[in-house]
Amino acid sequence: MTNEGVDTSKRQFLTSALTVVGAVGTGYLAVPFLAQMQPSVKAMAAGAPVEVDISKMESGQLLRVEWRGKPVWILNRTPEMLSTLPTLASQLRDPNSEESIQPASSKNPVRAIKPEVFVAIGLCTHLGCSPTFRPEIAPHDLGDRWHGGFFCPCHGSWFDLAGRVYQGVPAPTNLEIPPYRYVSATQIVIGESAEEKRA
Amino acid sequence: MKINRFAEVGNWVLERFPLAKVWEEHMTHYYAPKNFNIWYFFGSLALLMLANQLVTGILLTMNYKPDAKLAFDSVEYIMRDVHWGWLIRYMHSTGASAFFIVVYLHMFRGLMYGSFKQPRELIWIFGMLIFVCLMAEAFMGYLLPWGQMSYWGAQVIISLFSAIPVIGDDLSLWVRGDYVVSDATLNRFFAFHVISVPLVLILLVFMHLVALHEVGSNNPDGVEIKKYKNEMGIPLDGIPFHPYFTVKDIFGASVFLLFFATVIFYMPEMNGYFLEHANFIPADPMKTPEHIAPVWYFTPFYAILRAIPDKFAGVVGMGGAIVVLFLLPWLDRNPVKSIRYRSGFYKKALLLFVISFIGLGYLGTQPATPTLTMFARIFTAIYFGFFLLMPLYTRWEKTKPVPKRLTPHHSLEEDLPALFEELTLLKHSDSENGDPAFRGSFFNLRPNPDGIIKVLGRFAKKIVESLD
Repeated sequence: MTNEGVDTSKRQFLTSALTVVGAVGTGYLAVPFLAQMQPSVKAMAAGAPVEVDISKMESGQLLRVEWRGKPVWILNRTPEMLSTLPTLASQLRDPNSEESIQPASSKNPVRAIKPEVFVAIGLCTHLGCSPTFRPEIAPHDLGDRWHGGFFCPCHGSWFDLAGRVYQGVPAPTNLEIPPYRYVSATQIVIGESAEEKRA
Repeated sequence: MKINRFAEVGNWVLERFPLAKVWEEHMTHYYAPKNFNIWYFFGSLALLMLANQLVTGILLTMNYKPDAKLAFDSVEYIMRDVHWGWLIRYMHSTGASAFFIVVYLHMFRGLMYGSFKQPRELIWIFGMLIFVCLMAEAFMGYLLPWGQMSYWGAQVIISLFSAIPVIGDDLSLWVRGDYVVSDATLNRFFAFHVISVPLVLILLVFMHLVALHEVGSNNPDGVEIKKYKNEMGIPLDGIPFHPYFTVKDIFGASVFLLFFATVIFYMPEMNGYFLEHANFIPADPMKTPEHIAPVWYFTPFYAILRAIPDKFAGVVGMGGAIVVLFLLPWLDRNPVKSIRYRSGFYKKALLLFVISFIGLGYLGTQPATPTLTMFARIFTAIYFGFFLLMPLYTRWEKTKPVPKRLTPHHSLEEDLPALFEELTLLKHSDSENGDPAFRGSFFNLRPNPDGIIKVLGRFAKKIVESLD
């Protein structure tokens, strides 16, 4: 190739201009290509609230319902279960739920609107496994420190019966509480918070 | 007349396409070191497994349905109703595990003989990229049967992204395409598993081989054969890849396929290690299996994740375990390539690394109890210590003199007759009671207890010596 009579500065300008325009074009194309992997409009709309009848629940019983594809637990706590909760504070990472996710109506020592009815999303805050419900006290596989709660089989995280995480386990925060409210004494709606409804 | 026609057609093609040139350059005139040993089978075996996965994978897509409602049943349909479907699926599922066995041994070969060192750093980097692609491919493929382990395994691994500060949650949402692992996730994983990753994989394998053929293979002595050439420019210690190594590799492949077929036909699930028991239950988003563990080839990294009691640090540790492998060519400061001429310290360090890697692999399959977690932490420390302390200990190593040319090594074949003789006891026939026809003759009697003890003692001494 001969460079005789070539305006190199013009060539340089054209090369730069083409590079810039090409990069902008690629950027524009990347937006739809990458954004199509976001949850679709349909998936975003599928988070409708779920209404649950808790009138038939026995004391100490755990009910699992599906909300937004996630397991939601409703636990009817016995007075004994509730009485152990205040004694555990020293072993917990976030006993007052300062760093955890819950609606304001559930940000209290028992993490519930009504103390006996505990509602939580049944997914470990570590890597999203669903912990198992282990209400018994000091079973042989978990040891004497166990006062009943939720145990994550995947990576061994411990939660008490208010979904509060113990110290020294991989999960960083307490179990998430979904927004929920009471329609009547025995009907709750998961997916709508009590605060929203009042406002 | 007919022969001429064939030759004419052949010439017509060759004038337009450099087939003969490529064949010569990479097969008949590509010179490889003549002292390749058993460790050099695994590269070609990896290529064989790639071909196996591609062919059986394409066949499986013909009956598989990437839909959360249909996926599990379509896999069972392949297993029960498609002609030979069970064979094709087991070839694919066993193939995945076999692929990883072969690749791990191939990587260990590189570690032993210093195949990642100058001038082969890029081959190692391409190889590591292939390894990462393979892990992505295996992980996404494991979701497709839509069993319990598929579902919760994907849930855990995608949640790893959410540990990244600031962008983590949005990133894992973007990967899943939904708020939980769902039909959208399954469908996109199918697309990645079947199209994107295999394309990248094939491209990387091509670049791995191009880079290899540019600089030539390393060998168990770790000396460059290109330094000494004859008057025709052919390395004195090299022999043409074809026919010598094609034949050797075909032999290796047939032995390998013997084991491969045994697993496919007699133990395709490998006791829950190749196909996990919980994966025969359809995915249930409401309930995690009692004990979840990844398939065996991920367990060493999974054990590292679990050993670190902090979400973000655990993910960093797991990723770091793979990143350090990329840096290997620059961590190892010793110019001596082969383990044969390296110091006892390095040999012991490598042995310790192998023990901790296998140890982590075992621990990753077990539930996390406090004792096992403590072991996992020790092994994790050794794993990282081996790599991160390398710049220190490899610099002051007392290495042995490296030969200029390849050294002759005797093979097992040559040693066997003498070994057999040592294990045989010569016994004089019973002169009083035995058959008169055999009186005065000797019998070979195996085994010879004294001989066995002597051979074992020598073997043990040799192992200890080989660590010096």
